[in-house]
Amino acid sequence: MIRGNIAKRFPPGPESAGFNLDVEFEAEAGVTALYGPSGSGKTLTLDAIAGFVKPDSGRVLLDDRILFDARSGVNLAPQERTCGYVFQNYALFPHMTLRENLAFAAHSLPRLERHRRIAEQLERFKLTGMAGRYPHELSGGQKQRSSIARALIANPRAVLLDEPARGLDEALRMDLRALIQELRAGLRIPILLVTHDPEECFALADRVLIYDAGRIVHRGSPAELLRTPGTADAARLLGGFNVYEAEVLALDPGRQTSRLRLLNEELSGPHLRGCFKGDRVTVCARPEELQLATQPGENRIRAALRRTVERPQSIRADFGNDLIVDVPREVWSALEDSGKRSGWWVEIPARSLRQLGRTSTLN
Amino acid sequence: MAIDWFPLWLSLEVAACATGISLILGIWLAWLLANRNFAGKELLDALTTLPLALPPTVLGYYLLVVIGRASWIGAAWEKITGSPLVFTWRAAVIASTLHAIPLLVKSSRAALENVDRAFERAARSLGASEWRLFWRVSIPLARRPIAAATALAFARSLGDFGATLMVAGDIPGRTQTAAIAIYDAVESGNTLVARTLVIVISLLTAAIVFLANRLEQRRRGVIRPA
Repeated sequence: MIRGNIAKRFPPGPESAGFNLDVEFEAEAGVTALYGPSGSGKTLTLDAIAGFVKPDSGRVLLDDRILFDARSGVNLAPQERTCGYVFQNYALFPHMTLRENLAFAAHSLPRLERHRRIAEQLERFKLTGMAGRYPHELSGGQKQRSSIARALIANPRAVLLDEPARGLDEALRMDLRALIQELRAGLRIPILLVTHDPEECFALADRVLIYDAGRIVHRGSPAELLRTPGTADAARLLGGFNVYEAEVLALDPGRQTSRLRLLNEELSGPHLRGCFKGDRVTVCARPEELQLATQPGENRIRAALRRTVERPQSIRADFGNDLIVDVPREVWSALEDSGKRSGWWVEIPARSLRQLGRTSTLN
Repeated sequence: MAIDWFPLWLSLEVAACATGISLILGIWLAWLLANRNFAGKELLDALTTLPLALPPTVLGYYLLVVIGRASWIGAAWEKITGSPLVFTWRAAVIASTLHAIPLLVKSSRAALENVDRAFERAARSLGASEWRLFWRVSIPLARRPIAAATALAFARSLGDFGATLMVAGDIPGRTQTAAIAIYDAVESGNTLVARTLVIVISLLTAAIVFLANRLEQRRRGVIRPA
């Protein structure tokens, strides 16, 4: 497994704002996604693990080996770190054939072993017929597989993937996902995946680290994150959550309920731990958990429909004010006419509301 | 009257030696300047450029000071080999090397710095030593501009006049290079020799420049396997 805590400062320059990376992370065998917007420090973390960038402070451990430790001055060269790095633009050597690329990476293996490994990797990544080709003669998907094959040939102790899906079309993206899932099943080593695609995150990751502005604002398994993203920032970064500011009007610990003022309406909500009457809290609910209605009722808010968006399985109805509802198609067609006549109400079921913490300034 | 071809052959030999030396020394300096941070890097950068800007006679004077019979390098050379270094073809090689090296350092440095950092990172993360990275990745990827610069460096060392005259002199049959022979021929009114040498040197240099341009142009296109 990989564990570490690293900090690196980039002081503001005449043409650039400063940037500070300060993260603590851990990645066990399986896929750990580093998720967040561009420029949030994901790739920088990967580069610090690989040894391309030297942090100002902290330490990085791979299994029981210290790769970097600022205090004792340990800073292993990238050559000694046994991390397979897959670069965004593949970085296949353009002047070498695929076989030469693989042989270059397998240099440390004894001769016979080397040839065996190359043949094995070519077959495993469906590249057997391509061995004699140069990178510019390979298709996008073949380059992708080649770069992963090359990174894995010398049996690394961790795999670092820097936005491997960037610039790939949908079909190749799906192939890549299948490939990473295969790797996860076959390799008992940490696979770190930098991505800014939430779908990729949820499809592939065993664990997600959510980055924002040089810090990890939240972490958890995809299932945990879908249940509650933890903080308002994380919910915003993951997308797909309605986030509301609410005021606590009453709390009933006995019945595990609360009364909340939300979007200027009084609603019942779940019991909110650690809150007092009068507190302001942030809560979230996913669009598919909200319901549409055409008459008033408990926990229903009257709202004007702004627009609808067709989605593969549902209709997304947007009422503004972060009231976004995903309605199954059959429900929508049953309600559409009466809704147009009488207006709309959005029901926020009490159990769909989940409390979010504030993003702490300390990580 | 038969034309003496010795100066031309001497020039070619001297230029070949000088190009070889400046290639090795120049790429090493270029690599240092492109990849390493050390105290005095700016100074080294300036020093390698200086021969390009200094008048050749000034360069020659410095060379006389450094490798002349009175200097410790010159004296040591004389002690070991039994003959002085100055006023031999070897001195001409040293002068030509100095004349050619700035071009090679500048172009090679730019070429090495142009190699995508991702390739170097990839090589390192794949376990390649710095030596292996240099020979198998950096140099092959920078080979075209370096080859172009080498061709131009050869042309430049072929044409050195001032510095060579200062340290190697003008000894016909021993240190008289083509450039100096042309000057002598013009001075003594030997137009046939002057014209012939001028035409040969011009054609040779034009061919080299053409070759260098071809190498430069192909670099801009897709990198094709050799």
